[in-house]
Amino acid sequence: MKTTITLMGKTYQFKGLKEIMAKANEEKSGDQLAGIHAQDAQERIAARHVLSDLTLADIRNNPLLPPEEDEVSRVIEEGVNEKIYASIRNWTVAELREYLLSPNVTNNEISHIRRGLTSEMIAAVTKIMTNLDLIQAASKITVETRCNTTIGQKGRLAGRAQPNHPNDHLQGIKAAIFEALSYGVGDAVIGINPVIDTADSVKAILNMTKELMEKWGIPTQNCVLAHVTTQMRAIKQGGTADLLFQSLAGTELGNKAFGISVELLDEANELILKEGTAAGPNVWYFETGQGSELSADAHHGIDQLTLEARCYGLAKRYNPFMVNTVVGFIGPEYLYNSKQVIRAGLEDHFMGKLHGLPMGVDVCYTNHMKADQNDMENLAVLLVAAGVNFLIGVAMADDCMLNYQSLSFHDIATLRELLHMRPAPEFERWLEKMGIMENGKLTSMAGDPTLFL
Amino acid sequence: MNQVDIQRIVEKVMVELETRVSRQLKENIDEKECEKKFHYTTFDWLTSVPNPKFPEGIDELRKVTPARIGVWRTGTRPLTKTILKLQLDHAAAVDAVSGEVLDSLLEEFGLFTVETCYENKEVYLKRPDKGRVLTEEAVKTIQEKCVKKPQVQIVVSDGLSASAIEANLRDIYPALLDSLKVNGLTQGTPFFVKGGRVACMDHIGEILQPEVLVLLIGERPGLVSANSMSAYMCYRPRKGTVESDRTVVSNIHSGGTPPVEAGAYIGTVLRKMIEQKASGVRLEL
Repeated sequence: MKTTITLMGKTYQFKGLKEIMAKANEEKSGDQLAGIHAQDAQERIAARHVLSDLTLADIRNNPLLPPEEDEVSRVIEEGVNEKIYASIRNWTVAELREYLLSPNVTNNEISHIRRGLTSEMIAAVTKIMTNLDLIQAASKITVETRCNTTIGQKGRLAGRAQPNHPNDHLQGIKAAIFEALSYGVGDAVIGINPVIDTADSVKAILNMTKELMEKWGIPTQNCVLAHVTTQMRAIKQGGTADLLFQSLAGTELGNKAFGISVELLDEANELILKEGTAAGPNVWYFETGQGSELSADAHHGIDQLTLEARCYGLAKRYNPFMVNTVVGFIGPEYLYNSKQVIRAGLEDHFMGKLHGLPMGVDVCYTNHMKADQNDMENLAVLLVAAGVNFLIGVAMADDCMLNYQSLSFHDIATLRELLHMRPAPEFERWLEKMGIMENGKLTSMAGDPTLFL
Repeated sequence: MNQVDIQRIVEKVMVELETRVSRQLKENIDEKECEKKFHYTTFDWLTSVPNPKFPEGIDELRKVTPARIGVWRTGTRPLTKTILKLQLDHAAAVDAVSGEVLDSLLEEFGLFTVETCYENKEVYLKRPDKGRVLTEEAVKTIQEKCVKKPQVQIVVSDGLSASAIEANLRDIYPALLDSLKVNGLTQGTPFFVKGGRVACMDHIGEILQPEVLVLLIGERPGLVSANSMSAYMCYRPRKGTVESDRTVVSNIHSGGTPPVEAGAYIGTVLRKMIEQKASGVRLEL
């Protein structure tokens, strides 16, 4: 494997793939915090030159975290189709980039070669792609999934209604759901982050949302984003869950910090397939986000983009209905400003899609980041151009429980109108029946939460 | 001048007067209008659905959640006041992060100031590890000025919200001192840490070896309140203390746990820590 390069009279010698991968990244505060970042702008580009010349076989043969030491690595390795890999193993990373961007390469071709790619190869090509590259390549990929309803079709933009409440007050959660529905948001999922992580409380929220869906005939799915073990207990006690939720990390150690393992996820998978209330076949909702491994001190010196790709490698095993990167939630020590958040959002969406995952993004920021609502509006437009499956919607973007800002119901409605996107088909028909939408546009009745009283 | 002319002049003067008076009246009204506009209250930001299906329903729904609902729209965009309120709340949060606690406030409570290795606000945000370690100078100052091995060590820090200290210290601090007295506890020499993170408790624990330490620190500001403070407490904090060893009272501000109440409660928690020789998940409250 070639690890040396001379550029403009200066020679750069990298120690190995781990260093090349880390230094090739766009500037991120998380890589700086880990102390693995490029020392200057030219070293970054030097690393990118070296990386672009490596073959896919170089990447597979030099594991950043050997499968013997980490179960996420094992899951990724087991997922590789050897015949397809053999047909592309001598491609350089640069050739992979140019292949993905070539006009003859469509969703079909990409669906074929993805089976020969590992998460590390996908991370590698992402590092040498510009923002517009990431948008164009991702926009070719369609990933449709079905729980109770189908999302991810071309020309469709779904939204998660995120009606959180600071003390899980059921009426309060309902009030925010009504507001979301009245703006046409909630087709991806009605998903609540609970404050109280107990089976009883989770069950109460699951059953309330399910009853609401039945009462109004809403074609969507429900989910309460508690720890997976709490949801399992709630389901065993009669909780009606369409989707199981869990946050994922890209290393075994990171998942341990989240209190999960492949074994536990397998067990949960069996349970939801048997006792979940949805038609399926896709019954998982995963969340990820660059930096979570480092924050759990479980990063093994690997850069945060590569670790994020590995989350997707793990997610693939469970054929999820939706995967959401909560891109700006983790804080400025991982993504410092809007430039870094926008880049990470586009990277994550592209990497997930190239993995074949139904990617959505929580376009968001915390109050101690150098970002504001305008930055989120910008990123949202870019992501819809990239073909994002769904976005997170919160009343006026302000999550009064998690204390951060995302996109508003208004924003999702605006993005649909502006970029000619429709809600998920079954949900759109329901909106028409309710008189909230007509020919893809909100009616004068939209925005009135008392429609559901 | 004939009668008609006089009549005309009188009419003209009357019209002129009327215009002046009405203009003056109008100006008075405008002034009042302006005054009102410069004293925004919650009511002034309130927008609402113009013709809701159930008119009484909007208030009913709003009562049960602090979420910004029932706000209405122009086309698909929010109304101007809704946007301005969101921007104002975000501005308060941003200013809380970048702000500094006034020296005069710290002097009121006799708190001297030391710094962590945070260097500046940007490094502070990017490198939480630096906010956990005090500078060499700080260590020296603390060793010179503070009582060693106190029963209770009180530390105040700006953390992620200087305005949390500004807003709450005057209420929480005296209440905390009272509650120490009520619980029969004695305190060492309190001080202020600039650029602190929660785990700076551990470094201070190494230097002063208190039996228990309470750190009053500004929380990451939210839009509901930019002034929220937390009280982190630990029994014998030392290097390597894990998060689950800390006990925390969070959400301390006028709209959450009132600071006076929090201060009064902290003394009881500290006493139980000393009695049980434990804190965090092992402490029974």
